[in-house]
Amino acid sequence: MQITDISAVELSRKIKAGEIKVLDAAKAVLEKIDALEGQINSFVTLDREALLKKAEELQIKIDKGECNGPLAGVPIAIKDNICTQGMLTTCSSKILHNFIPEFSAQAVIDLEKAGALIIGKTNMDEFAMGSTTETSAYKVTKNPWNTDHVPGGSSGGSAAAVAAGECFAALGSDTGGSIRQPASFCGVVGMKPTYGTISRYGLIAYGSSLDQIGPITKNVEDCATMLELISTYDEKDSTSMDRVAHGYATDFTSALVEDVKGFRIGIPKDYIGEGVDPQVRDSILKAAKALEEKGAIVEEFELGLVEYAVPAYYVIASAEASSNLSRFDGIKYGYRTEDYSGLHNMYKKTRSEGFGPEVKRRIMLGSFVLSSGFYDAYYLKALKTKALIKQAFTDSFKKYDMILGPTAPTTAPRIGESLQDPIKMYLSDIFTISVNLAGLPAISVPCGLDEKGLPIGVQMIADSFEEKKLIQAAYTYEKIRGSFPTIQKGE
Amino acid sequence: MAKQYETVIGLEVHVELATKTKIFCGCSTEFGGAPNTHTCPVCTGMPGSLPVLNKQVLEYAMAVGLATNCSISRYSKFDRKNYFYPDNPQNYQISQLYLPICRDGYIEIETLSGSKKVRIHEIHMEEDAGKLIHDEWEDCTLVDYNRSGVPLIEIVSEPDMRTAEEVTAYLEKLRLIIQYLGASDCKLQEGSMRADVNLSVREIGAAEFGTRTEMKNLNSFKAITRAIEGERERQIELIEEGKTVTQETRRWDDNKEYSYSMRSKEDAQDYRYFPDPDLVPIMISEEWIEGIRQNQPELRTEKMKRYREEYDIPEYDIDIITGTKKMADLFEETTKICGLPKKVSNWLMVETLRLLKEKDMDADQITFSSRNLAKLIELTEKKVINSSVAKEVFELIFTEDIDPEQYIEEKGLKTVSDEGELRKVVQEIVEGNPQSVEDYRNGKEKAIGFLIGQTMKAMKGKANPEIITSMLKEML
Amino acid sequence: MSELINDEVIEYVGILAKLELSEEEKEQAKKDMNRMLDYIDKLNELDVTGVEPMSHVFPVTNVFREDIITNADSRDRILANAPAQKEGCFKVPRTVE
Ligand SMILES: [Mg+2]
Ligand SMILES: [Zn+2]
Repeated sequence: MQITDISAVELSRKIKAGEIKVLDAAKAVLEKIDALEGQINSFVTLDREALLKKAEELQIKIDKGECNGPLAGVPIAIKDNICTQGMLTTCSSKILHNFIPEFSAQAVIDLEKAGALIIGKTNMDEFAMGSTTETSAYKVTKNPWNTDHVPGGSSGGSAAAVAAGECFAALGSDTGGSIRQPASFCGVVGMKPTYGTISRYGLIAYGSSLDQIGPITKNVEDCATMLELISTYDEKDSTSMDRVAHGYATDFTSALVEDVKGFRIGIPKDYIGEGVDPQVRDSILKAAKALEEKGAIVEEFELGLVEYAVPAYYVIASAEASSNLSRFDGIKYGYRTEDYSGLHNMYKKTRSEGFGPEVKRRIMLGSFVLSSGFYDAYYLKALKTKALIKQAFTDSFKKYDMILGPTAPTTAPRIGESLQDPIKMYLSDIFTISVNLAGLPAISVPCGLDEKGLPIGVQMIADSFEEKKLIQAAYTYEKIRGSFPTIQKGE
Repeated sequence: MAKQYETVIGLEVHVELATKTKIFCGCSTEFGGAPNTHTCPVCTGMPGSLPVLNKQVLEYAMAVGLATNCSISRYSKFDRKNYFYPDNPQNYQISQLYLPICRDGYIEIETLSGSKKVRIHEIHMEEDAGKLIHDEWEDCTLVDYNRSGVPLIEIVSEPDMRTAEEVTAYLEKLRLIIQYLGASDCKLQEGSMRADVNLSVREIGAAEFGTRTEMKNLNSFKAITRAIEGERERQIELIEEGKTVTQETRRWDDNKEYSYSMRSKEDAQDYRYFPDPDLVPIMISEEWIEGIRQNQPELRTEKMKRYREEYDIPEYDIDIITGTKKMADLFEETTKICGLPKKVSNWLMVETLRLLKEKDMDADQITFSSRNLAKLIELTEKKVINSSVAKEVFELIFTEDIDPEQYIEEKGLKTVSDEGELRKVVQEIVEGNPQSVEDYRNGKEKAIGFLIGQTMKAMKGKANPEIITSMLKEML
Repeated sequence: MSELINDEVIEYVGILAKLELSEEEKEQAKKDMNRMLDYIDKLNELDVTGVEPMSHVFPVTNVFREDIITNADSRDRILANAPAQKEGCFKVPRTVE
C-alpha cells in the first residue's frame, strides 16, 4: 500500500496522528506525477519547490496544533479556471497564458484554511468549454484508465489527477456536467452542489447562472468532507446562498450513514432509453437494484423535456460566455497580439489569436443569439425552457427523494473522436446539463467498468439543498459496491 | 415664406451619486487621486471578480425618483450592456434596461413663457466608466479606472422640450432637486452631472417627430445651449437641401461649435442587453418606499415656506438663497451660529453675489465656511471692526476662508475705541487744519467731512466714524 | 439546413464579438452556427406561452453591501498583469484620431 492509495480524509488523520509527515505526502504525490504525467498530462501548472516548502511550513503548524482541519496536510489540485493568488491561472487558454491572480477564489481560501496543500493547476477544456479536455490550448489530458481515451471534461485534468493518485482530491467546476462527467469517465467521485452553495468569487466565469465549483475525490467521504469545508456563505458573491440562515444544512459529513431504507428513487425512462450504451444501462440498473435491496423504493418514470435541455443550455451558456469573455481584450492582463494598428485591430487580433476554435464558436453563437432581433427568439425562449425544466424536476421531487441515472450515455470516447462533431460532443452532456439549468445538486459515483475496462458512473440528483440525501445514498451505494478497482500504473 | 421649424428635445442626464464607495465594490469614489489608486479586482474587471450592489445607490435613486414624481418599481433588475471600449474594463456596462428602478415621473419647469411639465420616462442605475488620457508624447492612450464603477443614475426625459431655455430650466430644476436631496453635488464642470441631448426638428404643426440625433460631450449650460442651436441649424439645413437626417450619435465640439458623427465601422450599436446573472433582482416593499419618502430632506418649496415663517428676510432674498443648495446651507448654518438672519442674508445677497459675479463663479463653487462668516458678522455687530474693514476681510474669507478674528488681531485692524487715544489724534487734526476748522465754524458743514477723513486716515481706518464725528463736533 | 448565418452575419457578429476569422474559419463558423441553430430550433416545439423567463434559478433578492470603504490603494497589484502600462495607467492604442 502506497501513501497515494489512501483517501484524503484518512491521510489527514494519519498526518495529524503523526504517522505520516506532510512532506512525505507531498513527495509521494510528486513521485506519482513524475511517473505518470508524461502519459496523462493532468497538470498545467506545478510548482515543486513551493510545494515542498509549503509542506514543511504546514507540518510545523500541525505539530503546534495550529492546524487540525479535516484536510490538514492533504495535497489538493485546483482546476485552472479557479484563481490562486500568486499562481498562474490560465483557464488553459492562450489568452491568459501569463495571468497571475492577485487573489484566491473563496473556495481555495476555505481549503487552505482547513490545512489543504495546494499543489498546482489542472488542465481543462479552454474556459471550460468542452467535454473532453481536448480544447485546452496547452495539452491533451489522457484518461488514466486507458490513455487512448479522453478523461472527459471540462474538469478532465482534475478527474485524471485524482484517478491517477497525482493528488488526493481536486476542485473542479461544473457548468453543464464538467465535474460529474469526467469523474464518471475516470472512475472517481464528483459532485456539483446546489447553485449558490459554493462562492463563485474567483471562479473565472463561463456561464455565470450555471457555474458551480465542486469536489472531485476518491470516495464519498472525501467528497462530503471537502464540500462541507467550501460551502461557506460569501458576501462577495451576490448569488451565494446563506444556507445556514435559510435552514439548509451544510453538515454534509453527518450524512455519511449507511441507510437508504424508504428512499424513493426515480429513474427517468429517457435516461436509460435509446442512445445509452447497453453496458452503461446495465451497470446503472445494477446500482439501482443494489439500493433497492437495501430498502430503497425504485421505479421508472417520465421526467419529460429531457431533449430540450441541451439546446436551451447552449443558448444560455453561450450568451453569458460571450459577455463574460469580452473582458479578455489584451488591455488589463493576459495575451496581447504583437502587431496591430489601432484599438479595434488590437482587440480583434488579440482575441482571434488568444482564443481557440471552440471558444470562438461559442462566443460567436452567444453574440448572435443576443443580437438585435434575435433576443426573444433564442435567449428568452431558452430562459422559458429553463423554467419548464425546473418545474419538471420540482414535480418529480414531490414523488422521489432522488433521481438516478447514468452520468453520461457512454464511457470515455477515444481521443479525437468527439471533436469532429460538436453536436455529438454536446449530446454527451445530455444527462448532466438539465441539473445545471435547474440549479440542483448531483453526484457521480463509479459503479462499474465496461468491457474495455473504462469506468461507468451513476448519477444521483436531488432537489435543491438536499445534498445530504445524495451523500447518504451515494455513501450507502459505495459500501454495497465495495472498493472500486484502482488503476495499476506507474508502480 | 420660409418654413417654420420646431425643435424637439429629450435629455438623458447622467448624475454621479454622492456615495462614499463605488456601486459594486468598496473602492472610494473620491475625486482626484493618482491614476488607478481607487481600484480593485471588481472595478478593473479582473477575472473571477463579482459585483455586489451598494445599498446607498439604490436609496439615492429611489429618493430622486420620489422627488421627481416617478413610480418606484417594486421589482427591478440589472442588465449588461455589451460594447468594447477601453474605459470599460469588463467590456460591458452594468446598467438597467428592462426593469429600471423608477418610471413615469415629471418635473415642473418655469420659463419666461410660463410653467411646463417635462415628463421623465425612467431613471436607472448604472456604473460610470474610467478615464482615457491621451498621451502627449506618444501615440497612445492611458486608462485610469478610478472613475470606473462610480455610481450613476441616468434620468431619461420624454421629448418634451422645445427650446434651449427649457432645457436649461429643466437641468437647473433637476440639479436643484438632486442637490437638495444630497444625492449628488451635480457639478457640470467636474462631470458629476452630464447631459446627452436627443434632438430632432419638424415643421411646426407636423404630427410625427423627425429623425433624432444624440449629442454627447456637453459639460456646461453654455455648451448645451450652443449645441442645441448648432444641431438645429444643421438638421434644418439638411432638410431644406432635401437630404435626410441620419439617426446617430454625434460628438459636440464646443470650440468649433459643430457636432461630428461618432459612427464608425467598428461600432454596431447593438448592445446585446441581457439580465446580469451576477446580480440578483431588487424587491422594494411599500414600507421601504414610505421610509425613503419620510426621510426625504426638505425640498425648495418647503424651504421657501419655512424661511418666510422663520426669518424676516425679503422674498427676493429667499428666492435667491434657496436657489442653490449651497447658499441655503450657508445661510442656515451661519444663522444658526450668529442668530442674525437679516445680516447673514445681506452678506450673501450683496458681497457674496458681487464676488461670484466678479470671479465668474457659480454658488456651488463657494468654499468659505459658515463659521468664519458668522464670526465676521459678530465682529461687526460688536463694533470690533467697522464696515469697510469688514468688507475687506470678507474678500479674504471668500477666497481663502481665513479666520477673521485671528486675521484682524494679527493685522491690528480692530477699531480703536479707546477715547483717550482717539481724542489725542482728533486734537492733532484740529490743530493741523486751521483752515477747515475756520470754514466749519463759519457754517460750512461740509468741512467736517474732510476732518473726519483726515482722522480716519491717521487711524488707518480702524476708528469708529460716529465717535470721531461727535468728538469733532464737541471740540469745535 | 438553416441559412440564417451568411457572410454578412459572420462579419457583423465578428464586429460585435471582436473576432476576426480567417476565410477558412468563416466557412466553418457558418456551417457550425447554422447547424447549432437548427438544433436550437428544437425549442420551438415547446409551448412556452405564459411561462416567465427564468434568469435566476432561485428567488433570491436584495443582496447589498453597505456604503463603507473597504479597499485601499492596490495599484501595483492591479497593474501587475498589464501587457503595457505607463505612469500608473493601462496603456492602449490611441482611442481618438
Ligand atoms: Mg446609460
Ligand atoms: Zn473597486
